[in-house]
Amino acid sequence: MAEAKKKAAAAKKAPAKKAAKAPASTRADLVRATAAELARRLAAKEVSAVEVARAHLDRIADVDERVHAFLHVDADGALAAAAAVDEARARGEKLGPLAGVPVAVKDVMATRGVPTTAGSKILEGWRPPYDATIVTRMRQAGMVILGKTNMDEFAMGSSTEYSAYGPTRNPWDLARIPGGSGGGSSAAIAAYEAPLAIGTDTGGSIRQPGAVTGTVGSKPTYGGTSRYGLIAFSSSLDTPGPCGRTVEDTALLHAVIAGHDPMDSTSIPAPVPDVVGAARLGATGDLSGVRLGLVREFSGEGAEPGVVAAFREGVETLVKLGAEVVEVSCPHFVYALPAYYLIAPSECSSNLARFDGVRYGLRSGDDGSRALEEVMSLTREAGFGPEVKRRIIIGTYALSSGYYDAYYGQAQKVRTLISRDFAAAFEQCDVLLSPTTPFVAFPFGSRTSDPYQMYLADLYTIPTNLYGGPAISVPCGLSEGLPVGLQVMAPTMADDRMYRVAAALESVVPAAAPPAL
Amino acid sequence: MSAISREEVAHLARLSRLAVSDEELDRFAGQLDVILQAVARVGEVAAADIPPTSHSVPLTNVLREDVVGPCLTPAEALAGAPDVAENRFRVPRILDEEV
Repeated sequence: MAEAKKKAAAAKKAPAKKAAKAPASTRADLVRATAAELARRLAAKEVSAVEVARAHLDRIADVDERVHAFLHVDADGALAAAAAVDEARARGEKLGPLAGVPVAVKDVMATRGVPTTAGSKILEGWRPPYDATIVTRMRQAGMVILGKTNMDEFAMGSSTEYSAYGPTRNPWDLARIPGGSGGGSSAAIAAYEAPLAIGTDTGGSIRQPGAVTGTVGSKPTYGGTSRYGLIAFSSSLDTPGPCGRTVEDTALLHAVIAGHDPMDSTSIPAPVPDVVGAARLGATGDLSGVRLGLVREFSGEGAEPGVVAAFREGVETLVKLGAEVVEVSCPHFVYALPAYYLIAPSECSSNLARFDGVRYGLRSGDDGSRALEEVMSLTREAGFGPEVKRRIIIGTYALSSGYYDAYYGQAQKVRTLISRDFAAAFEQCDVLLSPTTPFVAFPFGSRTSDPYQMYLADLYTIPTNLYGGPAISVPCGLSEGLPVGLQVMAPTMADDRMYRVAAALESVVPAAAPPAL
Repeated sequence: MSAISREEVAHLARLSRLAVSDEELDRFAGQLDVILQAVARVGEVAAADIPPTSHSVPLTNVLREDVVGPCLTPAEALAGAPDVAENRFRVPRILDEEV
């Protein structure tokens, strides 16, 4: 980023009301607290929501020039929401469990009147006229939205290097990627800029950033969280979910956002599993009777040795807590990555047709001399980055007559076989385990020249998306000083199981903190 | 053998309404070839008699009650448009002048 632009961005991000900057000691204490601790202290009136919001806004002003987790900081909106919570509490109103707790939101979720770009130039400056359902639920719960987080353009990528606004840097090592696509959300919580964040997971975009930043990332059951107001990439796979520094915090946010939404026709009309209760049960450190499945096909092929070692240590820890281990075979998982990179681009090529320069966003080349089709082509050329263009072209190819059966049609059949693999595995075990991602945070630029090398980051996370079940990434140690994540996959609508296992691991292996920024 | 040629990429870009440059075409053709050869592995799976899955949630024909709910005003709907005329989205001409 050019120096001038950097300064402008920092100025824009600085909280509007600088007058009462919180004393540094209080601030460090507030930004390092878990969401559960903040909620307790807020409820006990030991601290006000405005103080909590201001501490986080100050922290963002201090470190985000280096981390670049945020694309937009809504200081005024956050302080107003926090003041409203404090007033409601003073009036004695009954408030939700996370009232007054700050949250950062991935820039792919629509926020009324607040810029929403999905990391793309084609939506630069767009202010949605409505809130996503998840955003509405967080507002109704009294949560304080700090701003919008950086991401790979339209959630396509595993490093945030495909953001049109420049990458986010990993708080563990600013020369390395924070994962993607939701690298901004995970980096924000790892850097103590927010206690909680919202991500979206189409092929691993919550879990992989969680793994490489040493935080928790949860992809709920598909249909368990509403997609209304989520800018669509691959509609049959996109799943919004919570990110946090602890399993309990992540579960608390899950409980706020999940549940049936009549505005989303794929939303499941069933009660939300008791994820908070499960996380608290797991934290007691007792896993007796729980059967863990190790997928033979994911036993470490293609993964870094340090990742495999940390994963195996995590599994041993879970066994010491009373869990049993069974080896299961999921023979079609090796075809998940190829199937995904046909299905997701196919759906994206259709979904992104809406960016045509007519109703919102950029319009390019409309000088009065050109017809609509040419203006559309110039608009999309100027507005989309390289990875989005590649995926649109692949999707168009896979859906074209002559190739449809061999590519998209065949990928959908493979999807059926992967779901059957999961169903068969869950007859032998309660959850499946794997490393979250084959490698720790990699240096910037090391996987952008060969796009397929980037796709391999999602090797272990993608089967879950094709099946539709829930999965969570929880820190399980370090490899060469960088965080490694352990993934727990559960059956559809059994999200509670993965929270229990993840919390049990966390009770023994608490997440390490990144070096001070 | 390559899975996709530069000419095919140019054709697909046209179908996708992407005015890609020559340099982009050169770069994409090789990259897309690598990707397509990798994803073509799905063809190794014997799946002739397997039904396709388009979606993991077995819900169909989800309808709502036919009642009026809140919706955007015309001003809100048009607020993000690149060009507006007479309370409508203004678009460039659809037909070529010669036609």
